[in-house]
Amino acid sequence: MVDVRYDIAFRLYPYEKVPDQDLPPKRHPVVIVGGGPIGMALALDLGRKGTPVLVLDDHEGVGQGSRAICFAKRTLEIADRLGAGQAMVDKGVVWNVGKVFHGDDQVFEFNLQPEGGHKNPAFINLQQPYFEKFIVDEIRKAQDDGAPIEIRGCNAVTGLTPAADHVVLTVETPDGHYQVEADWLVACDGARSPLRDMMRLSFDGRVFEDNFLIADVKMTADFPTERWFWFEPPFKDSGQSALLHKQPDDIWRIDFQLGWDIDRAEELKEENVRARVDAMLGEGVAYTLEWTSIYTFQCRRMQAFRHDRVFFAGDAAHQVSPFGARGANSGIQDADNLAWKLDLVIRGLAPERLLDSYSEERVHGADENILNSTRATDFLTPKSEMSQIFRNAVLALAREHAFARPLVNSGRLSMPCVYDGLSLNGPDLLDGPKRTRVGAPAVDAPLGESHLLDHLPEGFTLLCIDASAPDLEAVDGVSLTHLNLSAEGNPLLADRYLGDAEGAVYLLRPDQHVVARWPAVSADEVRAAMQTALGKDVGCP
Amino acid sequence: MPLNLEPNIPDPDGFYDLLLAAHQGLSKDESDALNARLILVLANHIGDVDVLREALTAACNRSE
Repeated sequence: MVDVRYDIAFRLYPYEKVPDQDLPPKRHPVVIVGGGPIGMALALDLGRKGTPVLVLDDHEGVGQGSRAICFAKRTLEIADRLGAGQAMVDKGVVWNVGKVFHGDDQVFEFNLQPEGGHKNPAFINLQQPYFEKFIVDEIRKAQDDGAPIEIRGCNAVTGLTPAADHVVLTVETPDGHYQVEADWLVACDGARSPLRDMMRLSFDGRVFEDNFLIADVKMTADFPTERWFWFEPPFKDSGQSALLHKQPDDIWRIDFQLGWDIDRAEELKEENVRARVDAMLGEGVAYTLEWTSIYTFQCRRMQAFRHDRVFFAGDAAHQVSPFGARGANSGIQDADNLAWKLDLVIRGLAPERLLDSYSEERVHGADENILNSTRATDFLTPKSEMSQIFRNAVLALAREHAFARPLVNSGRLSMPCVYDGLSLNGPDLLDGPKRTRVGAPAVDAPLGESHLLDHLPEGFTLLCIDASAPDLEAVDGVSLTHLNLSAEGNPLLADRYLGDAEGAVYLLRPDQHVVARWPAVSADEVRAAMQTALGKDVGCP
Repeated sequence: MPLNLEPNIPDPDGFYDLLLAAHQGLSKDESDALNARLILVLANHIGDVDVLREALTAACNRSE
């Protein structure tokens, strides 16, 4: 028996018995447990690179409920690299304007006003089931093109035994259990990660004593496509804060902060949810309730995201509050980070210790997200009388004075992580723009009718802008593709990659992060930087 | 510029008067809120985070 934990929105991978279930355990290079957005993105990335991957999911498709709804530009860029980005942007709701209220009064209004020259918007709102479906759609296309990806639905992992150079999994199915061997295992099995428990690994952090009620309502009312956030909302029984945000299909996400001592079952009764929503939307607004849920949250992470042959990614590895949209967005960066490293190690092109940098870099990312999300939570739910006084002082001043508005924190929206000062970084010898420094992900820029990121090839790239590069097409068997551009007549490209320099050479990793940059460079220097990025640097432990 | 802990207000008594006058007739809650707003306004004016950190240290290390 496989437990059904939730209802399915899209039944994308129905259970099918496979011959392996009646055979001795078969060895797989990579097994991913959990077919959520992170597991599927990782499977797609590995499969596109030609590395065989097996996904085991204990359900037969994508779960219901909007859950993560805010997807950031970096996530869309990663999805674009995987071929799934356009479908997300086409379906998603693009928004820029946010309004912050305190009680009845508007405190201020902001506009994310995305700067020009990027293919993707700063944010889209899209229900998580769509996000997941678009990735699985792309997996199906990749499979048709021969990508070695296999998804097994209704396959629940119930046991894990580490061996010297692999792990053995026990998998429960409607036809009984069988075993699978994995050279490498990636746990993408969510915040309650059963695999983490099976390995008796801790997941420590801070618990926030608060409950949030989500109500997704469907209505055709004429609210603008804006993010509205209330501190101490004026409508009846709405708690300490509330949020109204638009999703596709005329669905609106409404969040109410209910406090700690509540009766969950009582609060989730339709008439009680409706009473709150009615008070917020006003009398006479017709709507249907699409999905409701009450959640609590914690800010915590595992000590390390690699444990020998097992990796943890997404919510299984780290959990944050929802303020700032840093859950799914950071998980996608985990997948982006791990895929190329695992691929190169499996092919024997990089040493195993390259895999330790996954933990180093993504722990760095998780700490940044936990810090931001904890600060937002402290502003939203002041923990002492004095923090409440300061919070309300900020809100009072923000109405009149611009200086106080940056202090208002209703969530600092997810920005791409920069791997400042970490092991895989090479030299930064260009006196160039800060945003494209070593460790940062490449920043998009216009290129004629298209955009820079669309032109970046798979794998390592030597990006030469008004500079010549040494004749070097591979380092230790890992290929290096050249992309030669000119910033002449392209001020945005110059602004983002050259600054005051006349030309520049950038070495980019397969996940588009900058390894090193120079005003001019020799073959030896590029080779050395690439070896550092492959985890071969002798200075590296 | 380091935090100035030497006398810097030309008319100390006049300033003290202004401060108390602003709180005149306020309840404890209103005064607390006023103080918080005042701290935020002044902190923004100073802007320099090193000076602010020094000021916080100076305020925390008071002898009573």
